[in-house]
Amino acid sequence: MNLWKIFIAFFIPGIVGYGGGPASIPLVENEVVDRFHWMNVSEFSEMLAMANALPGPIATKMAGFIGYQQGGILGSFVGVIATVGPSLLLMIVLLSLLYKFKDSPRVKTMTNLIRPVIAILLGIMAFQFFYNSYDTAGWMQTAGLILVSFLLLEKVKLHPAFVILGSLIYGAVFLS
Amino acid sequence: MQQWNLFSAFFRVGMLGYGGGPSSIPLVHKEVVEKYKWLSDDDFGDILALGNSLPGPIATKMAGYIGYRVSGVIGMMNAVLATILPTIIIMIVLITSLNNLRDQPWVAGMTQAVVPVVGVMLAKLTYDFFKKAKIQLGWIVTILIGTASLLLIEWAGVHPGIIIFALLLYALVRPMRRKETTPINQQEQSS
Repeated sequence: MNLWKIFIAFFIPGIVGYGGGPASIPLVENEVVDRFHWMNVSEFSEMLAMANALPGPIATKMAGFIGYQQGGILGSFVGVIATVGPSLLLMIVLLSLLYKFKDSPRVKTMTNLIRPVIAILLGIMAFQFFYNSYDTAGWMQTAGLILVSFLLLEKVKLHPAFVILGSLIYGAVFLS
Repeated sequence: MQQWNLFSAFFRVGMLGYGGGPSSIPLVHKEVVEKYKWLSDDDFGDILALGNSLPGPIATKMAGYIGYRVSGVIGMMNAVLATILPTIIIMIVLITSLNNLRDQPWVAGMTQAVVPVVGVMLAKLTYDFFKKAKIQLGWIVTILIGTASLLLIEWAGVHPGIIIFALLLYALVRPMRRKETTPINQQEQSS
């Protein structure tokens, strides 16, 4: 049952995606690429690039799009609901309850402890992307693109949307 | 009228919220506290603090809860949809049209060139998360948790969700020492 799979694929990142959008990227990848094989790494990275270039929350953009790909409009809804539903319900239920504990070191510790795990997950993904690029475009192109995009993103502080657009144009002209 | 206000407030938040969660927080504040006066400043601060300690995207949590406060379940759905629907539609249209051109060599070139760029963004996020972890936990704990999770995920094939849950559980039940370092108050990265 595809809708059920879509629900599971986004319910898990929605529940364990602690520390916001970027944290859920590798979790979504884990479900969509490794577990359900709906996409390969390069399709996923293409989608991520597109999603990054558009406004709005990243997790719901991914859920909405992949859900649509796998199960049409209904699939899109299921993906989005699985992503936002659990945390939203929790929020409404817990708000009264957690008010008392909002400065509790326990709650802060939760966020702190899982940060290294998320970092590792993101690191593994970055490695996969670089490796995939080396595999298809060769190491010269890969190194060049890494260097230039790093400088533009981090030193020039150019908006990611422009960097992605630039790389798309570069690819269309020089890598075809 | 109220529903329309909710929709237009969160539609603006969704469309202008560039660069993820932290960028949409001030936008939400502007709409719900300054413009429509649905919440007081204190209320907003409390909702944000709690929203940050729960999983899932911050923008939709805030939209949903505020929508719910303003006009019940309908308001909740209205605000959440206004936040996310526009960009999802744009994305589906863009990628679908790109897929129809998939066999063109220039589209293949585009696909190739964008992969390392996204890789750089992910590497930057990796660095950010490690840096934050180091500030809060110190090098030793960060490296310990990092190495352990790397081994578990890559070699033992453990689902990352299980590791995260285990750590969350540990944070809840562990015995607290008397002297707690108070972490610097910081906005969670969420989008």
